[in-house]
Amino acid sequence: MSQSASMTRRSFMKAAGATGALAAVGASAGTLFSPAPDAAHAEPEDKVVYQHCAVDCGGQCVLKMHIKDGELAYVESDTSGDSGFGEGFQPRACLRGRSIRQWLNGPDRLNYPMKRVEGTKRGDGQYERISWDEAIDLIASEFTRIVSTYGNEAVYCQECSGIEQNYMTRTPIRRLFNLCGGQIDRYGSYSSASITFGVYPYVYGKSGWGARSFKTLQEGELVVMFGNAPSDTRMSGDGAGYDLNVAREQKHVRIISIDPRRSEVCANEGAEWIPIKPGTDGALVAGIAHELIVSDLVDLDFLHTYCVGFDDETLPEGAEPNTSYRAYVMGDGYDHVEKTPAWASAITLIPEARIVQLAHEIAAADPCFICQGWGPQRRTNGDSGSRAIMILPLLVGQVGKPGTNSGGREGNNGYDPDDLSMSSGDNPVKAKFPLFLWPEVIKNGDKLTAENAGIQGADKLTCGIKMMVNFGNNTMAGQGADINKTTEILKDESLCEFIVSYDVNFTDSCNYADLILPDLAVQETYSMTTQGDCNDTKGIWMGDPIGEPKYERREVYEVFGEVAKKLGVYDEYSAGGLSREGWRRKVYDDFREKHSELPTYDEAVAQGAVKEGYPADAGIDPYFDDPEANPLKTETGKIQIYSPKLAEYAATWTLPEGDAIYPVPVYVPGYDGPESATDEYPLQLTGFHTKGTVHSTYACNEVLHKMSEPSVWINPIDAAERSISDGDEVAVTSAQGELRTKAKVTNRVMPGVLAMGQGYWHKADMAGDKVDHGGCLNTLTSLHPNTISKGTGQHSVLAQISKAGA
Amino acid sequence: MPQYGFHYDAARCTGCKTCEAACRDYHDLPIDITYRHVYEMEGGSFSKDANGCWVTDSFTYYVSFACQHCDHPACTKVCPTGAMHKDDQGFVSVNTERCIGCGYCAMSCPYNAPTVDRSLGHSVKCDGCKDRVAQGQNPICVDACTQRAITFGLVEDLAPSDSRADVAPLPDPALTGPNLYIVSCDAYRPHGDSSVHVANKPEVK
Repeated sequence: MSQSASMTRRSFMKAAGATGALAAVGASAGTLFSPAPDAAHAEPEDKVVYQHCAVDCGGQCVLKMHIKDGELAYVESDTSGDSGFGEGFQPRACLRGRSIRQWLNGPDRLNYPMKRVEGTKRGDGQYERISWDEAIDLIASEFTRIVSTYGNEAVYCQECSGIEQNYMTRTPIRRLFNLCGGQIDRYGSYSSASITFGVYPYVYGKSGWGARSFKTLQEGELVVMFGNAPSDTRMSGDGAGYDLNVAREQKHVRIISIDPRRSEVCANEGAEWIPIKPGTDGALVAGIAHELIVSDLVDLDFLHTYCVGFDDETLPEGAEPNTSYRAYVMGDGYDHVEKTPAWASAITLIPEARIVQLAHEIAAADPCFICQGWGPQRRTNGDSGSRAIMILPLLVGQVGKPGTNSGGREGNNGYDPDDLSMSSGDNPVKAKFPLFLWPEVIKNGDKLTAENAGIQGADKLTCGIKMMVNFGNNTMAGQGADINKTTEILKDESLCEFIVSYDVNFTDSCNYADLILPDLAVQETYSMTTQGDCNDTKGIWMGDPIGEPKYERREVYEVFGEVAKKLGVYDEYSAGGLSREGWRRKVYDDFREKHSELPTYDEAVAQGAVKEGYPADAGIDPYFDDPEANPLKTETGKIQIYSPKLAEYAATWTLPEGDAIYPVPVYVPGYDGPESATDEYPLQLTGFHTKGTVHSTYACNEVLHKMSEPSVWINPIDAAERSISDGDEVAVTSAQGELRTKAKVTNRVMPGVLAMGQGYWHKADMAGDKVDHGGCLNTLTSLHPNTISKGTGQHSVLAQISKAGA
Repeated sequence: MPQYGFHYDAARCTGCKTCEAACRDYHDLPIDITYRHVYEMEGGSFSKDANGCWVTDSFTYYVSFACQHCDHPACTKVCPTGAMHKDDQGFVSVNTERCIGCGYCAMSCPYNAPTVDRSLGHSVKCDGCKDRVAQGQNPICVDACTQRAITFGLVEDLAPSDSRADVAPLPDPALTGPNLYIVSCDAYRPHGDSSVHVANKPEVK
């Protein structure tokens, strides 16, 4: 890679020589001051290769890779078709995709297979280079040994949220294990476990039901967002942030953002920011509900026709009296406290008058689009807080009609990436655990049951995880919670006996592997993906390798094909010998049989980006035409403000002390929540998605660090109390650990709250003080799960901050 | 002589820095040099009301800009060798053979557009992606913008209702006649407004 800093005489002469070419096209003539052509692009290109980002931002943007002399010279995004604001459909990559060249050529790339040096411990970071043959032998022999000793339930392929959004990636490993008797599986994700498994099923019976995209917003309507930051988290040029921005300008929608942090939509776009104490959304909704009830602004017709449990009149059979949501809000049941706006104000720290006004604004707006991001549900009380937000639009009858939303995240339509994927086959092992509990499954697997750990598909697990393959993820010492506690579990070789990390880069998680394998980046091999699973557009992006593999990097399908040969299942694994590219053709052709609008495979490859347009509206669910004839998949067949199943769980589940389940969304502060601050840890710390990383992917790219500096956000009031100035090196501590980063002193975060971008790589002396110098948030987060979903509560952290060394 | 300019719809900008990233990538810039800058500006504060709740009048906005290829560039006036010049396409350009790397241009430009790249020994700056423009394309930052906030063209073709950039932290546009035309947003404060400060200093220095 020629950097301008190392420009040679030769390249300078070439650059100078190209002046004539520029003059020849008439741009300028040969005066003494003729423009010097751009040195970086004086030489002709070899070719342009279509690829895409393969990370978990929900975007999957198109990348047009310009190749010169066999090397990636620069990146463009999609430029085809109409580019107009609100007219064009161009999946334009954000700063992260545009900086992929430095990432692909970064110093952290893995180049060779390596195994842990004998006699060293996990975490010591001592590795020696081995051959691929030895690596493949080791995987096959360890798999055979562990399955014969413990059974297939002891084998686990860890979630990877990024590169699995691709026709091939991750499925080869799971496909192979399934062909060899199966593996323990997980449900849920670090992204949205709570709303998906702890909220939607009990309200609407199905995740995403009733959700609409921002493209469906109507002229002049009100958008109320709880913990949703689409211009931060959905940055693609065809993403939800763009859709909302277009609606703001062209449909004049008014946006209110309820969030502890001023997100980007409250900057130039001009959305109103209502700062809220983290984890108190359930209290705010109860306060709004109180105002709606006493002002006679609830839509009783809607509630009585379509919902159960708003008031005692529609409580399902068997429910105790005074267990409705209205009884909770008016103080007739549960804690017998009236949830007045003044009550909510004291908890949320939002002025009472603003809560009252918000209730009236929501009641007056028709339609009103109420949505939430995945921040509120990623707290230890996320199941209840997220469910409270979800029922708010029901109170005013703003679900189902055009211009409305379910109260969950904004919706999207498009091709389903799961339909455009190599099958991983059937898993003979039926037991599943909630993803967030994987360290607990390693440690105490055989003690975990449906009642104490949300095990599904079986009453209990029979053993812990003994073999773990981490493909394309930095979960062990990066994205998982409480790195200090988790790595102690990983270091105990009597628990998980064999750990593989197969990745593009040497993350800190690799330091806990017994075997490290060097992957090709998706851009270096054959790829195919859909428009991005969070975009309300419809497209298929093809990707061809940008060059020959370097060093001994190899892609996953071929490598696990070698393992399949050792295990005697290669024919089934490869469907008779298909190559990675062969699978792409097969998957596409199979998909095209159901989607005749698509071009042929060869045409699609030549096209690179196949754009089929905007799906936009999901229409109106038949439930609203006739709820009796078209019941929902809830226990009662109706929309549930009261869930009988949760009433049952409240009575039968074993919960950690302090946790509670209620059939209606009662405000509970939760573990390490808004009411647990101590003198030692007086501040609430919340994570957010920074523009500088996509989770931990790209987080090693120094260009992105330069453009989005890792830091902790602190309000000037809290900073002044601690003599912290903008840019100071600070120590941030929680009961779980300590890290060092820089302070960003800003009014973009409310007082009492610290905010940190998540994803930065852990960097600590784990044999010494364990203080993280990488700005890795999960040094501070806890393993305490959500109550119903057992999903992550990583946004619930109590912390302290001081000047480093002070 | 033609005069090109950038047009920036500030209300659409989300401060994402894709413009800067695309520029850094296309021009293969070393990490400490950027031709495009995205400033994050902030003003206001938080206070407690009588009930202990938080109220705020704070605000935040972004300003994205590169070289404005000014009508009256400060940098060309101070250049002792004539290396910094306005070329026949109206772009403010560096003749790298004449440039002695003295840095006067960098010191004089109120937009921090030129920088001396010490490894090359001469000034470098946004050249308006003149190689792309010559081929009928936009500068790389323009086509990169995910929100279609930046456009580029001959100034006579830019929207007539929009005005030359007058927003803090940029200087009074009367100084150099910047060819940056802006659709303002509600949060914007004019040049010289002392109620706002730069909130992302490490990212723009």
